[in-house]
Amino acid sequence: MTRLPLRARVATAVGGAAGRVSRLTGRGDGSVIGGLLGLRVEPGLLRLLAAGRKVVLVTGTNGKTTTTRLITAGLSALGQEVASNAFGANMEAGLASALGRAPDAPYAVLETDERYLPTVIEATSPQVVVLLNLSRDQMDRAAEIWLTARQWRQALAAAPDCTVIANADDPLIAWAASAAPRVTWVAAGQRWHEDSWCCPRCGSHLCRDELGWRCGECGFARPATRWALSGDAVVDEAGQSHELSLALPGRANRSNAMVALAVAAHFGAGADQALPCLREVRSVAGRYTQVQRHGRLVRLLLAKNPAGWLEAFDVLAAGPVPVLLAVNAQMPDGKDTSWLWDVDYRVLRGRPVFITGERRLDLAVRLEADQVPFELTDGIDAAVDLVTGGELDVIANYTAFQHIRVILGRAE
Amino acid sequence: MYPDLLSTYGDRGNLLVLRRRAELRGIEVEAIEVNADQPVPGQGDIYLIGGGEDLPQILAANRLRADGGLASAASRGAVVFAVCAGYQVIGDFFGGVEGERVAGLGILDISSGRGDRRGVGEVVADVDPALGVPRLTGFENHQGVTKLGSGARPLARVTLGVGNGDGTEGAYAGKVLGTYLHGPALARNPGLADLLLSWAVGPLQPLDPDAEEWASRLRRERLAAVDR
Repeated sequence: MTRLPLRARVATAVGGAAGRVSRLTGRGDGSVIGGLLGLRVEPGLLRLLAAGRKVVLVTGTNGKTTTTRLITAGLSALGQEVASNAFGANMEAGLASALGRAPDAPYAVLETDERYLPTVIEATSPQVVVLLNLSRDQMDRAAEIWLTARQWRQALAAAPDCTVIANADDPLIAWAASAAPRVTWVAAGQRWHEDSWCCPRCGSHLCRDELGWRCGECGFARPATRWALSGDAVVDEAGQSHELSLALPGRANRSNAMVALAVAAHFGAGADQALPCLREVRSVAGRYTQVQRHGRLVRLLLAKNPAGWLEAFDVLAAGPVPVLLAVNAQMPDGKDTSWLWDVDYRVLRGRPVFITGERRLDLAVRLEADQVPFELTDGIDAAVDLVTGGELDVIANYTAFQHIRVILGRAE
Repeated sequence: MYPDLLSTYGDRGNLLVLRRRAELRGIEVEAIEVNADQPVPGQGDIYLIGGGEDLPQILAANRLRADGGLASAASRGAVVFAVCAGYQVIGDFFGGVEGERVAGLGILDISSGRGDRRGVGEVVADVDPALGVPRLTGFENHQGVTKLGSGARPLARVTLGVGNGDGTEGAYAGKVLGTYLHGPALARNPGLADLLLSWAVGPLQPLDPDAEEWASRLRRERLAAVDR
């Protein structure tokens, strides 16, 4: 802290105090209000707080928070403190707050909102930028994703000292990352293809086969990867296989763990060193948490967009375990519920389905069209009480998820 | 048409709603999804074309023009329902990535360009009384401004939202109809879905109110939510 100018120290102290008030009064985890006040006092706070650290930025439509957590866990194997915005506050204020709380941490792993990536690259001079995936998400307020990828290209081309770790299976990500001087390509997969039928480089139709994707016109194609999954194992750049055995479920999290191992390797932590730390991650800011409620085991899954819902269906308990779907449309969710129609709900046939949330009628019409029987409920407790077995899976979008977490006692 | 390019906002919902409302009346439906690398079939009764980003929209327009199938289906009297980017594509021209003119299919007498700001939010619009369809409720997200030529009539007048940019929303001529109400516009407007079905198969039987319960409740909720 002593190396910071006075103004930055005051800004950090003011922000920290406000953050504690926010936490104590139960309004939030405090990282946004604290950072906002700090930035008011010293607008260059993020740059000052990041200076001299080894910074990793993590961005993409889905998996940011979980991957940030796994990378933080992996780097902890190096035995030094790691600063991180572990609660998903991923704009400038949340980042400044995370760094201010850990002034002496030599490493910083920062989840970064897609739209802010260029600004944050410029302010923090990261050593590593992780690009996970890009798909449709809250399009009533976000720019179209091709424009986002184009902005990333400009920012990465202007950051010559940075290594990009990028998902080669996502054409938009591959196009964005290919503007960077150094890229480590990973095969992180892409279950959702509906936003990448066009070549991001020339606009022609992309062809797909078991080897990946390729543009028939300009020849832009999936880059060769250095990290890949093979069943439950990760195959590293030396060709060595490492069994993952994660506590977190699903294929998406195996990919996230592979990315975390690639970042750890960049900083000199081998997979054998980092993996035990990754296995200790059991839930991430409430995601995948299991909570006892009225004698039933409730498991929480967050899904914010069509690609996220596909991944959530992938980790549901086997039918006929019932599921509660909760959908809101507040500002952080996006005000537009059209995306509900991009999700195929027919996989839910054969299990009891309950629905709740401010936009449950949108969900009702959607499920009716897919001929999935459902029951309208007034919330998590009503659904828990209707369940006859011992378990309930919950899939909720952002504010619906936070609302349920609060009811369940700020479940971690 | 071209769900691989033009299906950004849940546009598949319109197909699902049309199919459901037809099947509830005992009308058999065969749904065909035509990707951009496949020829447009000529024998369709209803053609749906949805929304998308700039590059896919331009690619779709170029492919559909080269294919010619959609234009000839429209000229023999098939029903065409076009949404957002697709609405612009069936017109004479629209604005490309840098605002340049891109040729459309010329199926509907409209032309579109880029406006100064994006229209994003809930839309309420009163439909041309000649169509006998209740008030529209939907969501728009576009930067397009559309001018109607003498060969097309406005679908509706907006009471909330941007629509075409001049107080009107959408356009129609014969059995070709386009709208900026994106994504699953028909889920919130079953009357519009029934209009398209009746254009294809003739007068429809009314549905049992029980089969309409959820759609009716959703409509009432959305109209009440913006009526403050």
